[in-house]
Amino acid sequence: MSIMQDSREATMIGRKSDGTPIRRPLSPHLQVYDMFQLTSALSIAGRITGAAWTAGLVVLVWWLVATASGPGAYAGVSWFLSSWLGVLGMFGLTAAAWFHTLNGVRHLAWDAGYGYAIPTTYKSGWAVLIGTAVMTVLTWVIAIIAWAN
Amino acid sequence: MATFTLPKNSTIQQGKVHRAEAGAKNTKLFRIYRYDPDSGENPRTDTFEIDLDKCGPMVLDALIKIKNEVDSTLTFRRSCREGICGSCSMNIDGLNTLACLKPIEDVKADVKIHPLPHLPVVKDLVPDLSQLYAQLRSVEPWLKSDTPPPPDGERRQSKEERAQLDGLWECILCFCCSTACPSYWWNGDRYLGPAVLLQAYRWIADSRDEATGERLDNLQDPFRLYRCHTIMNCARTCPKGLNPAAAIGKIKQMMVERES
Repeated sequence: MSIMQDSREATMIGRKSDGTPIRRPLSPHLQVYDMFQLTSALSIAGRITGAAWTAGLVVLVWWLVATASGPGAYAGVSWFLSSWLGVLGMFGLTAAAWFHTLNGVRHLAWDAGYGYAIPTTYKSGWAVLIGTAVMTVLTWVIAIIAWAN
Repeated sequence: MATFTLPKNSTIQQGKVHRAEAGAKNTKLFRIYRYDPDSGENPRTDTFEIDLDKCGPMVLDALIKIKNEVDSTLTFRRSCREGICGSCSMNIDGLNTLACLKPIEDVKADVKIHPLPHLPVVKDLVPDLSQLYAQLRSVEPWLKSDTPPPPDGERRQSKEERAQLDGLWECILCFCCSTACPSYWWNGDRYLGPAVLLQAYRWIADSRDEATGERLDNLQDPFRLYRCHTIMNCARTCPKGLNPAAAIGKIKQMMVERES
């Protein structure tokens, strides 16, 4: 628990007409706000893909450790990663990585002072989504071609 | 702290249903958040069926009609009914806006109306804004200058200097933007939020103000300024078409520039 109290606590105390103190309700937020508008949706997706990518790094470390440990451990990891669940996970991680990277470029542009107008924000947002789809598929096409050879 | 659910005393219950008069043909349902501090009960959603043929075009017209004709206890703030006072800001159809500027016909389904999000509710659609006002005061939103004004007149600005304030002075402090910001929901105790930061930048950008360094010092803080994560909900929702995110971006850039 944090020692610092939320300063907004003071405004949560109200009074009835007869002067009795009561605790005021908090107005609904996530429950009623349109979180699927592109602005907040991509922000949330940025957080989720960032977390997914972190989990992906653990998979990478697992694969590296297994590779260093010998053929038995390596075969185990390979079996998992080439199972349908493993392939699905790897595909998801590829998409998460591309989304997070492209959205990161968008954030860099903002930090450099560009792209704040709402029409621009929507264009760059859709560009990130389309870019993610294209790059993810392209990555897998290249991977599968390399695999087949 | 980010708490995604509502406290127990804030969850919303089913309320009353008020039907339109018999014979009304062009009707629409308004689902409105109600909270009566004297009732000792949780907030509820009341449903009002409104005859649009006997109602003005804006959501505020419907609210006034309900208060006049159906339920006089319905409580909301309003004054100018033309988007300049900022009183009737509320959450309509999932986005914050001014009820007086929101056409009813823009809402395709039932019109859902809630108070501005993540604030203490005084009654019905009236939230407590004192935290936001205190934060506004903390950025000292007035001209600060050591140089006295010229004896023969006012402090002059060139047209270019004056143009720096466009997109800033128009803010009416309705706080639609701050209460649309998830970062402000979770960290509003210490993060100043888009409306107040836009006001801070309005004075930083003013050629007549001489306290820029002091103003930036005040904002140099992990929470006050830097909880802005460029979500952009603020600019998306502003009923005046302003861009608080861009103003915050400019403050962040000035912070970097003065370090280098």
